[in-house]
Amino acid sequence: MQKIRIEHLSKIFGPHPEQALRQLDEGVDNAEIRKTGHAVGVADVSFDVEEGELLVIMGLSGSGKSTLLRCLNRLNTPSRGSIFIDGEDITRFDREQLLNLRRRKISMVFQHFALFPQRSVADNAAYGLEVQGVDPVERRARAVEALELVGLDGWEDAWPSQLSGGMQQRVGLARALAVKSDILLMDEAFSALDPLIRRDMQQELASLQRRMKKTIVFITHDLDEALQIGDRIVLMKDGRVVQIGTPEEILNKPADAYVERFVANVDMSRVLTARSVMGRARALAFPQDGPRTVLHKMTEGSDTSMLVIERDHTLVGTVTLDALDKAVSEGRQSIADLIQRDAPTIGPDVPLTEIINLMAVWPYRLPVVDEDRKLLGVVTRPRVIQALAQNSTTKTTAEAAPTSAAA
Amino acid sequence: MTVLIPKLPLAHGIDEALDWLTLHGAFITRAFSHFVSILIDSLVHGLLWLPPWLLIVAVALLAWRTAGWRVALFSLLGLLLLWNLRLWSATVETFTLVLISTMLAIAIGLPLGIAAALSRRTSQTVMPILDFMQTMPAFVYLIPAIPFFGLGAVSASVATVIFATPPTIRLTALGIRQVPADLVEAADAFGSTRRQKLFKVQLPMAVPTIMAGINQTIMLSLSMVVIAAMIGAGGLGGKVWQAIQRLEPGKGFEAGIAIVILAMILDRVTQRIGRKPPIKTAK
Repeated sequence: MQKIRIEHLSKIFGPHPEQALRQLDEGVDNAEIRKTGHAVGVADVSFDVEEGELLVIMGLSGSGKSTLLRCLNRLNTPSRGSIFIDGEDITRFDREQLLNLRRRKISMVFQHFALFPQRSVADNAAYGLEVQGVDPVERRARAVEALELVGLDGWEDAWPSQLSGGMQQRVGLARALAVKSDILLMDEAFSALDPLIRRDMQQELASLQRRMKKTIVFITHDLDEALQIGDRIVLMKDGRVVQIGTPEEILNKPADAYVERFVANVDMSRVLTARSVMGRARALAFPQDGPRTVLHKMTEGSDTSMLVIERDHTLVGTVTLDALDKAVSEGRQSIADLIQRDAPTIGPDVPLTEIINLMAVWPYRLPVVDEDRKLLGVVTRPRVIQALAQNSTTKTTAEAAPTSAAA
Repeated sequence: MTVLIPKLPLAHGIDEALDWLTLHGAFITRAFSHFVSILIDSLVHGLLWLPPWLLIVAVALLAWRTAGWRVALFSLLGLLLLWNLRLWSATVETFTLVLISTMLAIAIGLPLGIAAALSRRTSQTVMPILDFMQTMPAFVYLIPAIPFFGLGAVSASVATVIFATPPTIRLTALGIRQVPADLVEAADAFGSTRRQKLFKVQLPMAVPTIMAGINQTIMLSLSMVVIAAMIGAGGLGGKVWQAIQRLEPGKGFEAGIAIVILAMILDRVTQRIGRKPPIKTAK
């Protein structure tokens, strides 16, 4: 179900937005409009956010992502277009409706935490409730509950200045969670944290999200972060949407040179999964095959091991070349007791980093299986190397592209 | 070269305007004056009715609580010296005048400062007036104060208020404007009304700056007491004024030192009030 629907949203900063909007319609570019004393924040953006989705809006600074986010709770007033939240057009809301929207339905987490320094941690977490007029006893209880959710129990009476950056942002998160709103806006929420803490917070957000199923709009300039946490990613440039898609789609089918350039800097080994590097298993053995048959199949495939499956593609295990050679010399008729049934397997979503680690200890082919142990594909060393190499070629072409465009 | 353009009748105009105001407005200001002078008199009498040692100990305790033992010790010794110099009642009169003037200045300055911080137009109107109020020599206010408020302490405190309010207004406005933008945004994002934003976020965060303004207001009020003595305000300023007229440098210095001691106590104590950092430790 759609939670938020954005239709042809534009935001212009400056004295005469209508005039700039007209220029925008005529296709005048942002730099030209800037000369008239107007800045284009968001230009004709439309997309939906599904209920329970974690949508990442990403772009460089000045791409309009923060402006767009602030339109969603009307900290910025849109110049044109509509935003529907639960079917209601919030661009038409009056003061009263707006206060209600901000108090009950949408809460926000800020890049630099924006904690109130003269309030204790609990009073910070309770701010939204205090503004709503919730009585002190209940709001304290709910603030403590929210602080427990983010792992800050016991810190209620501390001051924000006594906490580390990561903990401060947990308070910021607790403040947003305490009001139990459906929608969470996160403005570069983890960008001010150091990388290790950031990784922790990303994981924590993911686990919170699994439990709470909020609709989250998360802004970042960091593609790794976007790929890590986003169900879908909206890529923005100059106030416009360049591409919308799942992390895989953005990586594998970059819409244009701009996206490609972004993608080029990603650490592929963390992003690629077994599914995207696996190949079709061409040569396969069956449990009832004899060792000679299997050896014959293997010479076609030129490998040191072979996967054994049932007719219905359920994986049985792996046989190695050494074991087969031995069986042939011993004159055995079946491979049934040569099969290593506990050989490692991987799921389709296992990241490449883990696969590489596994390959260091298991020199044979790695079967990719689903939950029912049905064989989906196979990951081999050449395929892994190829996937990593492909990324570096993308990088070089992407770096070359803007130069040729400029020339 | 002789100036051919005739002199503008500025002084005449101001006189006319003041005369008109006196004629039509003095009954209000006189009533106000009556009220304030009763307030001042009863406060002075009340404070003088208490034994000086009690008041001295009370001040020292207050100083100890807010500003530490050094200031407390200084207050104790300083006030004992004033008592010994037979300047106690003059000190109490001056203190009362400063207290009343400062309270009036805060009552006017705080709301004006808030208004100036929140509205650009108010700020554009108020700031030039503040420049005028602060740079006009303070003596000048005394002249029209007399027809409106009569000779004595009330005129003195009105002139003092005009001279001493600007820092409170300016620093209140500054303090509110200096609240970081993301905190104001956070307050908005959680659905605060303007009033909630002001009282829950902006004012609490502006307190240290506002207190610095009030501190300056107090210091400026004290600097007015000697000038105010010229229209019969009495107190320590009166003693200085007497000493000037009778050419008694010794007495002049005695009263002068008394003013310095009073100023230092007031300054140290009020400086600390807004700045006390909230310290609570987490378990």
